[in-house]
Amino acid sequence: MPEPATADVVLELQDVAKSFGSVIALRAGSITVSRGSIHALVGENGAGKSTLVKIVAGVHRRDAGTFRFLGEDVDFHSTAASKAAGIAVIYQEPTLFPDLSVTENIFMGRQPVGRGHRIDRAAMYAEASALFERLGVRIDPRRPARGLSIADQQIIEIAKAISLDASLLIMDEPTAALSGLEVERLFAVARSLRDEGRGLVFISHRFDEVFELCDTVTVMRDGDYISTDPIADTTVDEIVARMVGREVAELFPKSPAPIGDPVLEVTGLSSAGVFHDVDLTVRAGEIVGLAGLVGAGRSEIARAIFGVDGYDSGTVRMLGREVPRRNVRAAIRAGMALVPEDRRKQGLVVESSVARNIASVIRRGLSKAGVLTTGAENRASSPWAGRLEVKTAALDMPATTMSGGNQQKVVIAKWLATQPRLLIIDEPTRGIDVGTKAEVHRLLSDLAGQGVAILMISSELPEVLGMADRVLVVCEGEITADIDRAEATPEKVMHAATRAARPNDIEPTTTMEVSA
Amino acid sequence: MTSATATAEAPVGRTYRPYSQPWWRRVLLTREFAIIGLLVLVFAWASANVANFNSPLTVYFLGLDNAEIMLIALPMALVIITGEIDLSVASVVGLSSVMVGLLHQDAGLSIPLAGLIAILVGVVAGALNGFLVAYVGLPSLAVTIGTLALYRGLAVGLLGTTAKTDFPDKWTTLAQEHIGTSRYPVIVIPILVLLVVFVWVLHFSSFGRGVYEIGLNDEAAHFSGVNVARTKFVLFILTAAVSAFAGIYITLRTGNARGDNATGDELKVIAAVLLGGVSIFGGRGALHGVVAGVLLIGVIQSAMRLENQTVNVINIVIGALLVLSVMSTSVLAWISRLSARRAGLGNLRRRQAVASSSRTTER
Repeated sequence: MPEPATADVVLELQDVAKSFGSVIALRAGSITVSRGSIHALVGENGAGKSTLVKIVAGVHRRDAGTFRFLGEDVDFHSTAASKAAGIAVIYQEPTLFPDLSVTENIFMGRQPVGRGHRIDRAAMYAEASALFERLGVRIDPRRPARGLSIADQQIIEIAKAISLDASLLIMDEPTAALSGLEVERLFAVARSLRDEGRGLVFISHRFDEVFELCDTVTVMRDGDYISTDPIADTTVDEIVARMVGREVAELFPKSPAPIGDPVLEVTGLSSAGVFHDVDLTVRAGEIVGLAGLVGAGRSEIARAIFGVDGYDSGTVRMLGREVPRRNVRAAIRAGMALVPEDRRKQGLVVESSVARNIASVIRRGLSKAGVLTTGAENRASSPWAGRLEVKTAALDMPATTMSGGNQQKVVIAKWLATQPRLLIIDEPTRGIDVGTKAEVHRLLSDLAGQGVAILMISSELPEVLGMADRVLVVCEGEITADIDRAEATPEKVMHAATRAARPNDIEPTTTMEVSA
Repeated sequence: MTSATATAEAPVGRTYRPYSQPWWRRVLLTREFAIIGLLVLVFAWASANVANFNSPLTVYFLGLDNAEIMLIALPMALVIITGEIDLSVASVVGLSSVMVGLLHQDAGLSIPLAGLIAILVGVVAGALNGFLVAYVGLPSLAVTIGTLALYRGLAVGLLGTTAKTDFPDKWTTLAQEHIGTSRYPVIVIPILVLLVVFVWVLHFSSFGRGVYEIGLNDEAAHFSGVNVARTKFVLFILTAAVSAFAGIYITLRTGNARGDNATGDELKVIAAVLLGGVSIFGGRGALHGVVAGVLLIGVIQSAMRLENQTVNVINIVIGALLVLSVMSTSVLAWISRLSARRAGLGNLRRRQAVASSSRTTER
């Protein structure tokens, strides 16, 4: 990449690092964005893209590294400071005030003031109309923001950025919820902003879009900067290889286990607008990985199987017997366990004690003569805490104070205590340190060896490839691939997860089901 | 951290201390015990200083006058621990009172049968509250403000402004009798029975653990198989059924079935529950605190009444006490946050010192 003249560089990050407690989110992030350029930032989930963006946006402060904006060293303490400097971030789902008008949203907090300190609405509407005209979109500046499509909401965020005269626009997966036409319009706007000499950063998992829109691409992996290339000099396969390429074997001590009879059989599971026609089978001793992008519907499938949510049609069978829908207790009785995605909100009652949390599912069986005591809960939970090596001073300590990894161990202990035949585990190692990660992986492998069927949802490709006997890939609520361990490669999974060859103008089937 | 060193020594399959603090700290340094202590203090002070407080009649009337508050406070505590609230309880008391009067005097039913039907009406009233809150998902505050008016309206509408007063002496004297030769009224027996039942339900059953979990994090409770909707539904029914029983008791004790019986008592019940240490946000509280809260309000009332204070002054004192007790939690939290921040600052300074020293060694 040719070294641009300093005056042309909008944003420059060098070896920026950020960690949250013991979890390193960003090791050495670097990116250089020039004026009049659309710069793609790609990487797996957890590669550190979002952390990088949040540092630029002033949400987080970096621990180390250089951060230059328009040639000056900067350090933003707040999002307001970053905005004032001329940085605008457009998120996947914009946050507008739904009851205010489009114009009021654009000028929130800096309304033009006329005589007598009254807000000059006429000036506001005129300027908003001018902005929309410049962007080439037709939105009534007086209408309320409620009811606008996500695409229109993004346009309003962009209008806000332009009215602030932002020199850097960061778009974090803006196209995830857009249809083909809306994507085209967004791209047209992005190109016109580029031609005005602004710098743009475009984060996306859709490579066809990256290659259509951007001129430069930076790859990140595991919180590290990997490479920067002009789009013209690279290919999808090269980028994918850089995104995933890493030693997988040591972190994932998968030992082969004899695979037995089917434990979980799901057929034709559908829920309008969320997922449809999901067929899957998990056998005893088998680890099935459910891969896909965030928001593809994997967690929703797991929740429906476990009875947390309902579904419209299809059947769930455990060991040959049908499990009633929307009934968690029946699912637990049938031998299922679910370690959910969000451990603080769904997995644990964080303000409750370690013992109460671990005993929370098995406690019905702990009462003697109808009386359940704290002593019985302590005695029952202690061995499970010990088995998972939960680090706590005492069993009555609340889970609030524990680290993420320790909390995850408590959640796993709680479900192992039920001695399940099927363990559904959603993002088993999200946000936990490397040491605990390896422990969790070893545990999953051991459990499979003991004949437990495991359905593992993970957004970390190496984890899926390292642990799973079989990989199912979910894209937009559908299972798009069923790949055997021997044949599973990062490229295959990524292609199925992004449908890289998918034309933009095909509407996802899920939206059609909503109207049905 | 101390736990880190412990882990280093402990082999796989380590064991855990069940409690982080000795039992007396866990039991005594709680809000519940603060209220119990305050109750003992006020009772001792009044016995020594208030004329006639020391007589057996004080305890008798304390039991008699606070019985309905005590009864309803028990299930109300459970409802509030799940993070909900039931404002319709006093209206259910009125409705039940009217039912007993009408069924006994107009329909000629015996008191036990009329009472049973009144309790069933209470169950239906509670089921409506519970259905709207638990299954329809409406906020309990709004729902029970509505049913507060609805049930009170039904009660007054059924009987108008008149009262039914002709009840058999057998029942009206039973409602005021002493237990044997003791100084306690008979109503203490059902109170104790219900207390045992609710202590078991809340503190020694899986259902009760679910009640706390719903109050702290209903989503996690749902994920672990707690039937959140059914739990709330059952609690609203229990609250209304106990309120209906309290309505029968009031009717017989006063010999007076009126539509406006117990008007405004819902706030007295909630005040006592909150004074007893139950958090209005749910998830925290215990029944020994609730019992102490009800008794504390009762003791202050009877002591001040004996001192010839007016109702207004009594209300001011109890109101101030409630505000102070709610504030005490926030003040304690503020103090602990302050000390934590001071400790945190110390840590930061230490860290900076370490950082700068390591930098110098690098050079």
